[in-house]
Amino acid sequence: MSESAPTSGNGNGKAKGKLAIYWAASCGGCEISILGIDTKILDVAAAFDLVMCPCIADGKVRDIEKMADGEIDVCLFNGGIRTSEQEYMARLLRQKSKCLIAFGSCATEGCIPGLGNLHNRQEIFDNSYTSETHSTENPDNVRPQAVTEVPEGKLHLPIFYDTLKTLDQTVDVDYYLPGCPPESPRIWEAIEVLLSGNLPAKGATIGENTTVCDYCPRTRKNKKIKEFKRTWEVIPDDETCLLEQGLICAGLATRAGCGALCPQVNSPCIGCYGPNEGVEDYGARFLSALASVIDSEDPDEIDEIISKGIPDPIGTFYRFSLAGSLMRRGKRPAPAATSQ
Amino acid sequence: MSEQVFEPKIVGFLCNWCSYRAADLAGSARITHAPNVRIVRVMCSGRVDPSFVMKAFSLGADAVLIAGCHPGECHYIEQNYKAMRRFHMLRQTLKAMGVEEQRIQLVWASAAEGQQLAEAIDKMVDEVRQLGPLGWSGNWEENGERIQALEDIVKEHEQAMEVTA
Ligand code: SF4
Ligand code: SF4
Ligand code: SF4
Ligand code: FES
Repeated sequence: MSESAPTSGNGNGKAKGKLAIYWAASCGGCEISILGIDTKILDVAAAFDLVMCPCIADGKVRDIEKMADGEIDVCLFNGGIRTSEQEYMARLLRQKSKCLIAFGSCATEGCIPGLGNLHNRQEIFDNSYTSETHSTENPDNVRPQAVTEVPEGKLHLPIFYDTLKTLDQTVDVDYYLPGCPPESPRIWEAIEVLLSGNLPAKGATIGENTTVCDYCPRTRKNKKIKEFKRTWEVIPDDETCLLEQGLICAGLATRAGCGALCPQVNSPCIGCYGPNEGVEDYGARFLSALASVIDSEDPDEIDEIISKGIPDPIGTFYRFSLAGSLMRRGKRPAPAATSQ
Repeated sequence: MSEQVFEPKIVGFLCNWCSYRAADLAGSARITHAPNVRIVRVMCSGRVDPSFVMKAFSLGADAVLIAGCHPGECHYIEQNYKAMRRFHMLRQTLKAMGVEEQRIQLVWASAAEGQQLAEAIDKMVDEVRQLGPLGWSGNWEENGERIQALEDIVKEHEQAMEVTA
């Protein structure tokens, strides 16, 4: 947050660095958040040449392939790894980059695309390509094929995996930037860290080591509850902790970084900033914390409170982190034998 | 000969003050129970973080047992109530992932209840044997086509490189 100017490449006569921004299984929101650093983007442009960013600039895979290993200084990689093509790009960018950063929730923990890990390829394709979904018209039941023979030769489409992987389940990652998406000011802070050359230890998450609750102005009184409520069932008051009003707020399990945006507008935190420092499994942490507010010592009543109040435990505890969790996915139905 | 019986691997988190002693007692009293439980001694059932359980599953356990002092008898006052609430939350979450309820059990056993603990273990082993192996890590392995697909991409790109100026 300091006003110190970046040691921009131009300013002190150093050669400009090379920056790549890539997306895999993602939504594009992470790029928008990068643009959200506003005029500071000019400082980034002064320090780096953007060699690749499919969302906003031209840049060919072939040009990256031609580069020497480690030629790219920093690669911000967002998105999880769902297809063979994404895995190829992750490996290529790893090889060509000195510093590979898992950028945003999708790359660090799988995020929403990772919830597909409750299904397999077959189920996802059935859902996407059968004529039964309202938005799909596919009377001939056309499906993507990994290989198609045409007179000119064979055409390949990437293989779609049963299980989405996080970036670090695929290649070695240097740093992590959490958030869905990372908040623009946090992105700028991270860029400042990179430009300063004063780098944290490899494997570090660049961000804060505290939780959303620490930034939340609501009062907590350690009140226990008999019932979890869905957001549409209550209009919460502005002052009391949402959790103590029965709403499922993930603030106490979630890393700070957003300044507690959601609870300040009467909406519970859903955990987009991922686990706090030292937590191995976000969902495990969140479900423990949530269990401890239940006001009951009777096993049947406890079970009832949970099944009534939390009908979708995975969507609640692992909305952003299923792929990156210890369990990684739901039990997989037997994989289909055919190729795609 | 009939086919080999499946011997489930069960990780047991046993409280130092009660169930761990109960297991010890069962041992010294020569009460037999199925040898399928790998015991991890913890200071209290309240120490068992759900991530321990998930880690056990992801590393190949077929089931996990958590055992602690009876409600009201925890050495750390109410930590076993905490363990109980957490256990129910965890079991429902694991169930949603496709892990059957019998694969995670919470048992109360005082230091004197070696016999009861042995019986609970035997029952659990039987139930898990019926369910069969869990094999969770095999759940995210992709088959050989993934490696083939990657090699195809590399090959295609190499060939494409030669054509361009
Ligand atoms: S982390 Fe969020 S904003 Fe970024 S690509 Fe994933 S879904 Fe989109
Ligand atoms: S649980 Fe939610 S509402 Fe309560 S203090 Fe934490 S962030 Fe605020
Ligand atoms: S309050 Fe929670 S869900 Fe909302 S932006 Fe912050 S971390 Fe994300
Ligand atoms: S001391 Fe045994 S369960 Fe707490």
